[in-house]
Amino acid sequence: MSIFISFILAILSSMLIDNVVLSRFYGICPFLGVSKKVKSSLGMGIAVVFVIVIATVICWPLYTYVLVPAGIAFMDTVAYILVIASLVQLVGLFIKKKSPALYESLGIYLPLITTNCAVLGVAQSNTDQGLTFLNALANGVGTSIGFLLIIVTFSCVRTRLESANTPKAFKGLPIALITAAIMAIAFMGLQGLFSGIKL
Amino acid sequence: MSREKGYTKKNFLKGLIAENPLFVSILGTCPALATTKSIEAALGMGLLFTVVLICSNILVSLLRKLISEEIRTPAYIVIIATFVTMVKMMTNAFLPELYSTLGVFISLIVVNCIVLGRAEAYASKNNVFDSLIDALGMGIGYTVALLIMAFFREVLGSGMITFGTIFTFIPKFSIPILKCVKDGVVIYDYSIQMFQNPAGAFIVFGLILAVIAFVKNRKAELKAYQEKQEKLKKAEAARLAAAAKANETSGGDK
Repeated sequence: MSIFISFILAILSSMLIDNVVLSRFYGICPFLGVSKKVKSSLGMGIAVVFVIVIATVICWPLYTYVLVPAGIAFMDTVAYILVIASLVQLVGLFIKKKSPALYESLGIYLPLITTNCAVLGVAQSNTDQGLTFLNALANGVGTSIGFLLIIVTFSCVRTRLESANTPKAFKGLPIALITAAIMAIAFMGLQGLFSGIKL
Repeated sequence: MSREKGYTKKNFLKGLIAENPLFVSILGTCPALATTKSIEAALGMGLLFTVVLICSNILVSLLRKLISEEIRTPAYIVIIATFVTMVKMMTNAFLPELYSTLGVFISLIVVNCIVLGRAEAYASKNNVFDSLIDALGMGIGYTVALLIMAFFREVLGSGMITFGTIFTFIPKFSIPILKCVKDGVVIYDYSIQMFQNPAGAFIVFGLILAVIAFVKNRKAELKAYQEKQEKLKKAEAARLAAAAKANETSGGDK
């Protein structure tokens, strides 16, 4: 099997089978916090895709070519969080300069991404598992697109839930969490999707 | 500095109930869902979290006059990340089972909103002792919340509470509740596997929040009802008084 197809399969598997929110539990805070409106969840999702992909591209070489040769591999968490925090600032400045319209819609979500555990989680698990650069990139792309997919779907469901007649105690977050559980069960059905394909 | 009596006690208790980080402020939800498969894992996570929170709160409070306003957040993040790295290495050395169970979620304490939130909202404005008490209260509150979730998930999901798999220094034993195994033979098994899966975590968390909302709503309704009764009583008393007065004046006219 060619490298390209296995790359695509790795993206799909970290996007659907090991979905970032519903089975790995990264990024629950924005998933619950910023999913009340479809528009804002789309903005958050796209900003996360941006930051996760760039953070993966920077963090993996940083670990392999700087931290490990220097013998300070244990400093990985500190290094990653610094990279991510400054990256979020840089991406914000870049978008502001190049496309003010995009900044208008993404701007308020960018600072929130620093404390989104999906970003640090992907960077950390990439190097903890010892993935190759291509697999790490596939993990980053798949995870972030999976996050976008889930947060937009979930926000659509939540808009409908607003008008639904739920018991008073379940209004708001509790019913949203139960909905997320049903989505998680649906995603469990995707397990073994690629088991028939030999890599 | 003037301070009201019993402030320390109130400061400690607020993290447990009134401002519980997980169930009231809904912060730090990622580890709450990911590490609550078993009571032991939840206890380990809670302990590591509390240690990091106490250390970072103390250091932030000590440095609160040195760190300027502009570089506040990056400075706090570096402080927290350093303590997390220390805790991570200690866990790897002394409790390897806990380290492999929690995995990447030990590193993710860095981006746990509670730690940064307490540094920002409390430790940067208060003295060391108060910050320590605040961290202790919040840490124990979070640990108790994790334990409550883990209790339901472990009992419903695996049917028994098992100790000794992660904290290997205590002998391994399990308490059968919904599932009983004797000498390798399953006697009865009423466990619901789904509660060990991600879906079960969402359901348990949702139901706990619903119960809390229910209790709160009932309290608010009861209070509103009592206030209404009080108002009615007052109105009634005022009406009676007015009527009596009117009676008196009309009586005087006669």
